[in-house]
Amino acid sequence: MRKNNRKIMMAGAAVAAVFSIATIAAGEPKSGYLSAEPETQAMQDDDFSNPAMLVTDYGGDLWSTADGDSGKSCEDCHGDAADSMKGVKTRYPTYYQPWGKMINLELRINECRKDNQKAKAWKYESKEMLGMASYIGYQSRGMPMAVDIGGKATPFFTKGKEFYYERRGQLDMACSHCHEDNSGNMIRANLLTEGQINGFPTYRLKWSGVGTLHRRFKGCNDQVRAIPYERGSDEYVNLELYLAWRGRGLAVETPSVRN
Amino acid sequence: MASAKPRVKVPASAAKGEIIEIKSLISHTMESGQRKDKEGKAIPRKIINKFIVTFNGKEFFSADWAPAISANPFLSFHMRAEESGTMGFTWIDDDGSKYTAEKNLKVT
Amino acid sequence: MIEETKMKLKETPKEISRRHVIMLVGAAAATAGMLPRVSLADKAATDAAIKAIGGDGAEMSGITLDLPQIAENGSTVSVGVEVDSPMTADNYVKTVYIFAEGNPNPDVCTLHFTPAGGIARAYTRIRLAKTQNVIALAEMSDGSFKRETVEVKVTIGGCGG
Ligand code: HEC
Ligand code: HEC
Repeated sequence: MRKNNRKIMMAGAAVAAVFSIATIAAGEPKSGYLSAEPETQAMQDDDFSNPAMLVTDYGGDLWSTADGDSGKSCEDCHGDAADSMKGVKTRYPTYYQPWGKMINLELRINECRKDNQKAKAWKYESKEMLGMASYIGYQSRGMPMAVDIGGKATPFFTKGKEFYYERRGQLDMACSHCHEDNSGNMIRANLLTEGQINGFPTYRLKWSGVGTLHRRFKGCNDQVRAIPYERGSDEYVNLELYLAWRGRGLAVETPSVRN
Repeated sequence: MASAKPRVKVPASAAKGEIIEIKSLISHTMESGQRKDKEGKAIPRKIINKFIVTFNGKEFFSADWAPAISANPFLSFHMRAEESGTMGFTWIDDDGSKYTAEKNLKVT
Repeated sequence: MIEETKMKLKETPKEISRRHVIMLVGAAAATAGMLPRVSLADKAATDAAIKAIGGDGAEMSGITLDLPQIAENGSTVSVGVEVDSPMTADNYVKTVYIFAEGNPNPDVCTLHFTPAGGIARAYTRIRLAKTQNVIALAEMSDGSFKRETVEVKVTIGGCGG
């Protein structure tokens, strides 16, 4: 006998999906969570079921481990991450004076490692970076995304927005063709979502692991046979700023689970 | 493998006779032996093949895993709480490594 | 799937995006053909495994096998199993075997229960290479067997064991 509560749950998800299409028109952003299968949602709902929490835990271990020439841990300077890092994720990418441009959380972590901890930068997609970015993001869980696009951030925001609507690749498609015009429609076996970024780093079933937002950007560029940019590149950080603003108000879900 | 760090959930306390749910999760690629690398060479199988759970030293649940268990294996199961004590978890890798975890349970 | 895509896309008013999405579907289908072929187990291999355990005459009831009808990704399919049993010292579930008929190897996992568990229920996550039947076979303490089969449609296959 197959348990039939699943069908009810499925029906619930279908209603949620329809609801999301209906409200896009009204301009309110919808998290990719709403389009996920109930089993995938359940994985994210329970921290003891969410495999990304293994990576997040690892980030927590690193937080309190001394490293670099300073001989200090992140905790030695920042104290309890639950206080000092709460809300940090919601305001990144942010304008970074020393660079005269935007910086995202991953790059900010590395800046702090180099400048303050006197330690070697982590590779962008390394286990360490995924752990720390997940751990810091996790401290903002449930808080609304709220990047600042005013002042010095404005020109970078404009660049990110242009990137989003620009056609590229052999298929000559922009992000907006899939995630705005067709969100709610099927593409192959995938239900297209709005492509929101509130859950990153995310555990993707396809990756069988956790990955950064910029890894996802590369994948979405590949899909239209476009040449992807480097993770951490200015192009991707500006794009991230635009998307963070586009999804403003969405609750941070880091670390989320997606197909 | 240093990254194979488990996460287990056991309620801190339970009433005598209550059936409690236990959840376990461990970081592991569970390399199936079916995949090929970029050069087309088969990637050798490397999985956790056995999971054993004890309470106060006595085994009460175990599982044998084949390569069809997903990466970062998750397993939830149950125990009837009869006495306070320590639950022990052991995962055994194909290469012989053992990963362990422990949790205390108070029965009231 | 492609039919479904076209059908759904008809509802969108945006001519350009429709054309592009369909092109993309074509490109994706072309890459799918390049995936390595693996030999898959079949019903016969699974039946043989069940027979070897002694479960070929199993009663077809008493098990709840909880799987999604459609799995969005074969790399990670949630499966729950529960066997009706009082779980007392003289009447309990000893072992539950899970098989996947369409994987390269039908074995998925074997769960060993004891009366101390109180209930014979477990949840795990498994790999399914394609749409197929998943079978749970339970061996009871008196030597009898129960069996349940559920079909799961897999939209994206996971390179299962
Ligand atoms: C030696 C002390 C020290 C250590 C060690 C240290 N930090 Fe920092 N960190 C600072 C200071 C001071 C600032 C703020 C000033 C600045 O550098 O801009 C900061 C800023 C940050 C910020 C930006 C916060 C915000 O509100 O925007 C992040 C994120 C951060 N650190 C992460 C880390 C992480 C992760 C580690 C460990 C890998 C770490 N830091 C280790 C001193 C430290
Ligand atoms: C050809 C269609 C297509 C294009 C073009 C495309 N994507 Fe995607 N994208 C997908 C699919 C399919 C998924 C997985 C299902 C989903 O979340 O929509 C996805 C997922 C995402 C996600 C993850 C959403 C989540 O909830 O985790 C983000 C972020 C994203 N895309 C951003 C982008 C950006 C930025 C661009 C432009 C550079 C882009 N996509 C272009 C098809 C596309």
